[in-house]
Amino acid sequence: MSSDAIAIQPAEAAGRPWVETLHEWVTTVDHKRLGILYILYALFFLVIGGIEATVIRIQLMRPHNDFVSPQVFNRMFTMHGTTMIFFVAMPVLFGFANYLVPLMIGARDMAFPRLNAFSFWLTAFGGLLLYFSFVGGNGLYGAGNAPDVGWWAYAPLASRAFSPGHSSDYWTIALLASGFGSIGTAINIIATIISMRCPGMKLSRMPLLAWLNLVMSGMVLLAITPLSAAQLMLLVDRYLGGHFFDTQAGGSATLWMHFFWIFGHPEVYVLIIPCFAFASEIIPVFSRKPIFGYPVMVGATVCIAFVSMSVWAHHMFTIGMNSYANSFFTITTMAVGVPTGIKIFNWLGTMWGGKIQFKTPMLFCIGFLFQFLIAGLTGIMMASSPFDWQLSGSYFVVAHFHYVIVGGILFALFGAFYYWYPKITGRMLNESLGKLHFWLFLVGFHVTFDLMHIPGLLGMPRRIYTYEPGRGWDTLNFLVTIGAFIQGIATVVFVANLIISYFKGAMAGNDPWDAWTLEWSVSSPPPVYNFASIPRVASRRPLWDLKHPEDPDSRYE
Amino acid sequence: MRIGETMCNADRRTIASRAVGLLILLAGVLLAASLCTASTPVNHQVPSIFDPHSTPAESIRHLSFFVLGITGLIFLVVFSLLSYVVVKFRSRVGGAEREPAQVYGSTQIELAWTVIPILIVAVLFLATARVIHEIQDAPRPAGAVELTAIGHQFWWEFRYPELGIVTANELHIPVSDPGHRTPTFLKLLSADTDHSFWVPQLAGKTDLIPNRVNDMWLDPHETGLFLGQCAQYCGTQHAKMLLRVYVDSPEDFNAWVREQQQPANQDGKEAAGRHIFESTACLNCHAIAGTNGTGRFGPDLTHLMSRRTIAAGAAENTPENLRLWIQNPDAIKPGSLMPAMKLSDAELDALVRYLETLH
Repeated sequence: MSSDAIAIQPAEAAGRPWVETLHEWVTTVDHKRLGILYILYALFFLVIGGIEATVIRIQLMRPHNDFVSPQVFNRMFTMHGTTMIFFVAMPVLFGFANYLVPLMIGARDMAFPRLNAFSFWLTAFGGLLLYFSFVGGNGLYGAGNAPDVGWWAYAPLASRAFSPGHSSDYWTIALLASGFGSIGTAINIIATIISMRCPGMKLSRMPLLAWLNLVMSGMVLLAITPLSAAQLMLLVDRYLGGHFFDTQAGGSATLWMHFFWIFGHPEVYVLIIPCFAFASEIIPVFSRKPIFGYPVMVGATVCIAFVSMSVWAHHMFTIGMNSYANSFFTITTMAVGVPTGIKIFNWLGTMWGGKIQFKTPMLFCIGFLFQFLIAGLTGIMMASSPFDWQLSGSYFVVAHFHYVIVGGILFALFGAFYYWYPKITGRMLNESLGKLHFWLFLVGFHVTFDLMHIPGLLGMPRRIYTYEPGRGWDTLNFLVTIGAFIQGIATVVFVANLIISYFKGAMAGNDPWDAWTLEWSVSSPPPVYNFASIPRVASRRPLWDLKHPEDPDSRYE
Repeated sequence: MRIGETMCNADRRTIASRAVGLLILLAGVLLAASLCTASTPVNHQVPSIFDPHSTPAESIRHLSFFVLGITGLIFLVVFSLLSYVVVKFRSRVGGAEREPAQVYGSTQIELAWTVIPILIVAVLFLATARVIHEIQDAPRPAGAVELTAIGHQFWWEFRYPELGIVTANELHIPVSDPGHRTPTFLKLLSADTDHSFWVPQLAGKTDLIPNRVNDMWLDPHETGLFLGQCAQYCGTQHAKMLLRVYVDSPEDFNAWVREQQQPANQDGKEAAGRHIFESTACLNCHAIAGTNGTGRFGPDLTHLMSRRTIAAGAAENTPENLRLWIQNPDAIKPGSLMPAMKLSDAELDALVRYLETLH
């Protein structure tokens, strides 16, 4: 394996006018720059979505609060959900996939660089459209600006009769645009992984991150398409007099639910599988051992992908399906727990017998493991459909999926930020600020989301802008809000760390973590062409082989 | 806590683990406290799912304890493993620089942690399937009360077709004596968007969906007032689509039925108020039996005074609140579909006096 980067100085980088730099970034088709654009775009919307969450929590701090009107509150939770899923989680994960997949499989770029740029700008355009609704959504009769139909926009609430004006149109078209962007990126990732691997990198030698992103992209193709179809049908209903979801003309409200959740549930795995990928790269490096049970990890992921395609109606246990349907979706949902459990055990197996270094990326991964375990177990509770008849639509569900998305996805993502930031910028993130960020966020997270389960058990439904005093919900909601503020402060620490370290961080060098995958063999940040000469690999850990020529992995695989 | 580390590290770990310990303790205490308040029987103020008073809710609690037990056990095992690994295999400060043994996997271990979860899932599924069948396929005994609940933005309409009663927001059902069961079977419909009927202490929730007929049943064992509310986001005032279920003794229930079957008050004492009702937009949406008001978009007002609340539980049913509600509904429930009626003060007073006679 040889991949010595030839250090070429950027030609007179300092003296160029900023317009030129901007032009370069806007027209770039480089997978690394597009990756960074995706990530920055997602971070921007993370802050917006966070502000919306703060408004929600202030309003719910005490019963009969009037911090915002019900109309504004309903817009806030709709925009918060839509933003966080479609314009934070998806882009940030695509950003990391874009940046890392070619580097890890020894390629110089994605398979389709122009499609890559096109997909990013479509997604970006989608987000801007969604937020333009605050300006352009009013329509006639002062119908209200941003969408307020909830992030799953159940029929017939999103039909013209119940959602006049244009707010729902902005929601629909924003999702349609970003959906096409996602499909483009998914095709790109699949093509890249299938056909751009460097010599010697058989499928069975790919880093797990590449494997898991391959599975994720396959799921995107299957999940986003029904969503896009449903959005088109909704547009037909709203503009061309169609009646797919128009219940007053004989349309079906449950049809929309099926369309939405056959997207919506695989979507959860679309988001969590890349985070499994981060954990599968970070945990081995900081345990100083290879991943335990590589083929089983791949198999379990593929298994999750298949099973998760047949669980969607567990979001619909309360819509009056018959007992056979309820039983079917109970067993499929519980079955997903098996491969997921296998993955957790394999991570534990990786750490077992290792020499665990508690650097910030590893701390976040351990947090991820702990919280994902709990999120999985509350998931099993709701898979038990009669139990779900109580829990569904309550704050227990809100706590559960934030446990998945914040406790699981966001923690793994923070780990990924601390782990790959040195590669992307050439500088280390500050370790003390990182640990402060971790502990603050951990405390804030648990105060918020551990306690949030309880009002759900006490009968508090979600999506209510206010609640009656005396039902046992008051103190809990107050504490949940306090926790949300602690998380907010922790996020400020994180953003500050990103900015300060960019200018003042210690230089990273090629391989600050003593890691084993190909991206650490090139300079930080990597040169435009990634590899001066395309590397050749003989095992899953090419850099281990290089560092331990006396005992290479290739001998055992 | 382990002794023998360098001081600085040990201190840091102490602080960290104390913080975590405190947090867990705090969460535990809060959980215990709220569950205790939840089991206070007075008026069933806290609608806790763990304090059921009706057969389906009790079956669910039974199942939920079983599921909680198993998931709790899994949590303890995996959490202990994780803690053990994190403490035991941490890299020692000043330890040898050598890499640990490189282990790639083990088929036997993988098999073990595949088979055991499959068995657990099988057990959980069988327990669940039994309760699904028990609740969903329950036979309808002869003495069952049948009624129809219709969800509206943002209130509940209740119709008892066999008894000829139409009412709103406050449901009255008889208590069901285990010896002579009189469960209540509800047919669930929606007039506009999706809603969900949820009274946690009586049953799990079931959605009310336009163009679809759903059903559910309640089988309460205790009299009293049970609180709930709409659990499927249905529009602006979803939060104040509250639900009150009065479980009455058989005598009280029969008395209530007789009262509801009476025609509306017709004594003519408040003719001025009645005239306002009949000559303004009120009657487009509201019905009062015996008047020319037959509207169905809003609650039936024939026996308005038999209800303790107005605006789907958003306010108590007092003359002041009624007056405010007619004058400016947004003051009580911003975004509700009731328009401000723009009446003069004298007209308002007359109308409220008339409504006060509708017992």
